[in-house]
Amino acid sequence: MTSLEVPERIKSGHSPKALELKSASKTAYKPAHQTATRRLRKSYTIRLWAVRHARFLEWFYGRFANIFLLLHPLWNAVGYQRAEAPVKFVEKQVKGVLFDCRMCGQCVLSSTGMSCPMNCPKQLRNGPCGGVRANGNCEVEPDMPCVWVQAWNGSQNMRNHDAILKVQRPVDNSLRETSSWLRVTAETAVERESAGEAK
Amino acid sequence: MTSKRPLHPDENPMGVDLPLDPLPGHSSRSRMERVLRRGEFAVTAELNPPDSAEAADVYERASIFDGWVDAINAVDASGANCHMSSVGICALLTRMGYAPVMQISCRDRNRIAIQGDVLGAVAMGVSNFLCLTGDGVQAGDQPGAKPVFDLDSMSLLETLRIMRDEQRFLSGRKLTSPPQTFLGAAVNPFAPPYDFRPHRLAKKIAAGAQFVQSQYCFDVPMFREYMKRVRDMGLDKECFILCGVGPLASAKTARWVRANVPGIHIPDAVIDRLEGAQDQKREGKNLCIDIINEVKDIDGVAGIHVMAYRQEEFVAEIVHESDALRGRKPWKREITADEHIMAERLDQLMHPKKGRTPHQIAGEVNN
Repeated sequence: MTSLEVPERIKSGHSPKALELKSASKTAYKPAHQTATRRLRKSYTIRLWAVRHARFLEWFYGRFANIFLLLHPLWNAVGYQRAEAPVKFVEKQVKGVLFDCRMCGQCVLSSTGMSCPMNCPKQLRNGPCGGVRANGNCEVEPDMPCVWVQAWNGSQNMRNHDAILKVQRPVDNSLRETSSWLRVTAETAVERESAGEAK
Repeated sequence: MTSKRPLHPDENPMGVDLPLDPLPGHSSRSRMERVLRRGEFAVTAELNPPDSAEAADVYERASIFDGWVDAINAVDASGANCHMSSVGICALLTRMGYAPVMQISCRDRNRIAIQGDVLGAVAMGVSNFLCLTGDGVQAGDQPGAKPVFDLDSMSLLETLRIMRDEQRFLSGRKLTSPPQTFLGAAVNPFAPPYDFRPHRLAKKIAAGAQFVQSQYCFDVPMFREYMKRVRDMGLDKECFILCGVGPLASAKTARWVRANVPGIHIPDAVIDRLEGAQDQKREGKNLCIDIINEVKDIDGVAGIHVMAYRQEEFVAEIVHESDALRGRKPWKREITADEHIMAERLDQLMHPKKGRTPHQIAGEVNN
């Protein structure tokens, strides 16, 4: 039986045309994963603190990496495979708080002024895109200070301030969610051993 | 069959669509590379990609630039708006003998797709590639799309350089025939962090950039300052720098662009000048010509890149009135003798003089 009633969705005010008018115009800023509430919830205080103290963090990481390297026999005894899960958990928590770490597993913080490049919406690892706003904020997320403007500032305060000029390789996505600390330690240990053998 | 007109030095005598002879010291068979390496002031323009599946649309849009530009940029969904793909446009343009610059953006494809597309494009006769990061998807007509950004502009450059120089994919797998390419990148001297921008150009050169095209230049003093720092670092000797220019249609457009298009810096003086003019469109064109005249005298600038979005018909006038080519005649598609003969035969077949069609002739034979 046919009903003469107009369906709800094409009543005036619900027509595609009306909905189009109601929605923001095309020129308004509408990023894919951002909403007003989400943006308000987000704060960049700690991330920016880390950049301001890039030199201290660089010094601290230097010491910390040495300690980790000293523990190489321990990691070997436990097995790097088995140490992976707990170390990754700690690394994720610590770096997550300090740098909003995304666990790419191949940390380049030392050459990006302690500003994590994976927080860039385009995940650039080699410098800012051309879209940085005049106030130094991001093109995609207008309320976020550009990760690379911060990186440049932070790197200039660091002892090893030329590291930012090195061309980084593309991200290896198979290393995601693994511990970058353990990888660096293992690699340095292998290097040191091979250097020892060469002597 | 050869043409009767004098042959252009940057043309294959066997046919316009065929690759040019390789020259010593050149990394590709590109006409654009020849022009730049000869030290001539190059002019490139941007093609407005059609929203259609029709080859004639591309040819029509390219023919506006005939005889005025050295290479035509085929944009890869610029501003994250969907259009005909750059690889498709480039493949069509090479058929007609044009020298296209294929733009590749990292927003839509990952390293597997990009490397495959480059091989395909080079096989179709494309030699110039412009490696871009790409605008964010939020800027375009489909903000719900998934942004890829697997590579960034720098690692993309390096990937293409590795494919060309080391004859392998990024993974290390061998290429039997490497893509001979002329690699380009984009620079934006007009966005912060300003101190980092020349260093970023140096990084791009280290990654493989042989030419760069800049973002729209509306602030000449700022560009001059940037070029000074670039010259101090000696970068202008290592790559060809093309300055991006373009006409603004009106003060209203300028305001809109400044507020909505990421990375374009338009000083207030420019908007005031447009606002004060009687005919804003004409003033926009004159402004562009003035900027070219200033820019072409800056040391280290190897050419200009004209981006006249939706004002493509002005490119010829702009290039002519600014005398950017300095009397030089870029390669131009012209009708050759064999094409005349072809057209004549076609005409005879289509409009037979005695009123007998091929079908009738065939029928007579059968009877």
